[in-house]
Amino acid sequence: MSEEIIKAEGLTKIFNGNLVAVDHINFSVKAGEVFGFLGPNGAGKTTTINMLITVLKPTEGTAYILGNDISKQNTEVRNVIGVVPQEYTADEDLTGYENIILCADLYGIPRNVSKKRALELLQLVELIEFKDKRVQTYSGGMRRRLELACGLINRPKLLFLDEPTLGLDVQTRAATWNYVRMLKKEYGMTLFLTTHYLEEADALCDRIAIIDHGKIVVIGTPEELKNSLGGDIITLSIKQNVDITNLVKKIEHVKEVKKENDSYIIKTGNGEVTAPLIIEALRKEGYVVTKLSLTKPTLNEVYLHYTGKSMRDAADESAESVMARRIAMGRARH
Amino acid sequence: MSETNHVSTSKLHGLWALTNRELKKWYKAPVVFFLTLVQPIIWLTLLGNALNLGSLVSAETITFPPELAAQFTPTQLGALSQFFQGLSSQVMGSTFGTTSYISFMAVGMMAFTALFTTMFSGMSVVWDRRLGFLNKVLSTPVSRAVIILSKVFSATLRSMFQALIILIIAIPLGFQFGVNFTPLNIIGVFAMLFLICVGLSSLFIAINIRSTRIETPMAVMNLLNLPLTFASSAFFPIEKMPAWLQAVANANPMSYTIDGMRQLLIFNTDWTKLAFDFVYVGIFAFVLTTAGIVLSWRFLNK
Ligand SMILES: Nc1ncnc2c1ncn2[C@@H]1O[C@H](COP(=O)(O)OP(=O)(O)OP(=O)(O)O)[C@@H](O)[C@H]1O
Ligand SMILES: [Mg+2]
Repeated sequence: MSEEIIKAEGLTKIFNGNLVAVDHINFSVKAGEVFGFLGPNGAGKTTTINMLITVLKPTEGTAYILGNDISKQNTEVRNVIGVVPQEYTADEDLTGYENIILCADLYGIPRNVSKKRALELLQLVELIEFKDKRVQTYSGGMRRRLELACGLINRPKLLFLDEPTLGLDVQTRAATWNYVRMLKKEYGMTLFLTTHYLEEADALCDRIAIIDHGKIVVIGTPEELKNSLGGDIITLSIKQNVDITNLVKKIEHVKEVKKENDSYIIKTGNGEVTAPLIIEALRKEGYVVTKLSLTKPTLNEVYLHYTGKSMRDAADESAESVMARRIAMGRARH
Repeated sequence: MSETNHVSTSKLHGLWALTNRELKKWYKAPVVFFLTLVQPIIWLTLLGNALNLGSLVSAETITFPPELAAQFTPTQLGALSQFFQGLSSQVMGSTFGTTSYISFMAVGMMAFTALFTTMFSGMSVVWDRRLGFLNKVLSTPVSRAVIILSKVFSATLRSMFQALIILIIAIPLGFQFGVNFTPLNIIGVFAMLFLICVGLSSLFIAINIRSTRIETPMAVMNLLNLPLTFASSAFFPIEKMPAWLQAVANANPMSYTIDGMRQLLIFNTDWTKLAFDFVYVGIFAFVLTTAGIVLSWRFLNK
């Protein structure tokens, strides 16, 4: 299973001659893989998808989907992919069933086949009782599921999901995750999804690419990415107003120390062992530890590490405020 | 999902599906559909009666001053009254080409409504773009041309249907067909409408597909509708207009559409004029359709 389903080569999109939305990205997605694009708002996730699904023409570079050039073999590409867009695109004035049939017609699927398939898919996404209700009356979760059903109507080999769980409640999100896992497991489908939910990328993806400002900053399995941070993080504060950076650096297992405002961010291979050592060493010198926390790396840290503001322009901004802004941005889009 | 994909064979697949989607929004919405039927009735009865120029001179409106009336016998008065009424129809006939103003106006209404409906339907593409529907369709194997054509056809079909409704409603309201009218002429009327609607909607869609806000097509519509309608022969004959307006009206393709339709429906058909009308509208439609489709195509392939 090492067949390359997607292969992007220097894929680039520049809007209006100056806005570089996607900047010479290279990556490949293997058959049967769930590949995730993780990045903040405006990172270029949707733009990348739009190029891969042949809606936008790349400004430079190209990508191959099952060996077909997205810029040249449009029809071949379109026939093998399914798309679940970021927006709700179903026609509100039509019923769920009519919407799926419409999608089927767009793929040129004969009616006798599409009728049967539409019902199967409505069953799959648990919308069968609502199939003759107008989409206007659907809830957000129901509409997402309908989008999913539409995206599957041509039995795609590769499915694109753009922020599939945006704005969904916990239960519906879990249900969506289950669909994704099922599609991968039972149908051997390859999935390309974008998200800015870290748990989602962690839970679903075999491999993740973190994208920021149109560039891929890192690609790897969730495990690889976490390990790339170099272990655990201890955050501590002391009572005294003295810089202890150099003192901490000498302690065993400590890899890196950074002072941010009143606290010290300490990277270490093994937090459980290092923490008592640090407390001990500090007490010997007469310092009083007022706060200490130990964080095992999650994708959260990876994400902050690779997309955080402090990385972007070396400004000294605390991790918390970056996170707070990101949350605010996330809310603003609703 | 082991079954293989059904690769479409026809280049035009999806055309009916997309056209029908637009039409469904209209014929499946009872309120909208009802209003489409009611609107022409109101227009025809209101405008037809409010502007019924023929009734300006009638038995009721003619009263003779008493000192004048005293000089004539009642029979003579009756004859005089009749003379004036006859004069009125004569004036109507020479001005409008028919003695029935409602017939004259109904044809204008048919064209005007078709124009309006065409423009109105064309606005849906703005929503399709904003709501992401357009992008979804663009990711399917449907050809770009089909996406544009489906918009043009749905607008055209709706417009032609609206025009038909007006004709049907006008008949009980006193619509008078011309002397050499045959039911076959109806086909000619709709051919005419088809040409103008396809031309205008192609152009309009090329504009709309570029706008992200519904206000843009609304402004374009407001800007175009009034001059296209009133600087034409829709409600008043061109020959009776001031010279500068005549110049505009004589260039306006709506004038030729309407004249062609009148030649076929209510006038004593002048075949040369009719042929010219078709040529003029045909060329106009061809140019606009080509330009419109090319412009939309270029946008979709960006
Ligand atoms: N059609 C367009 N014209 C001009 N600029 C665009 C267009 N589409 C996107 N952009 C810009 O390109 C950049 C990337 O946008 P994109 O939609 O790909 O981000 P995203 O990662 O999907 O973000 P989000 O999480 O908000 O969906 C943004 O700066 C955006 O403003
Ligand atoms: Mg996006």
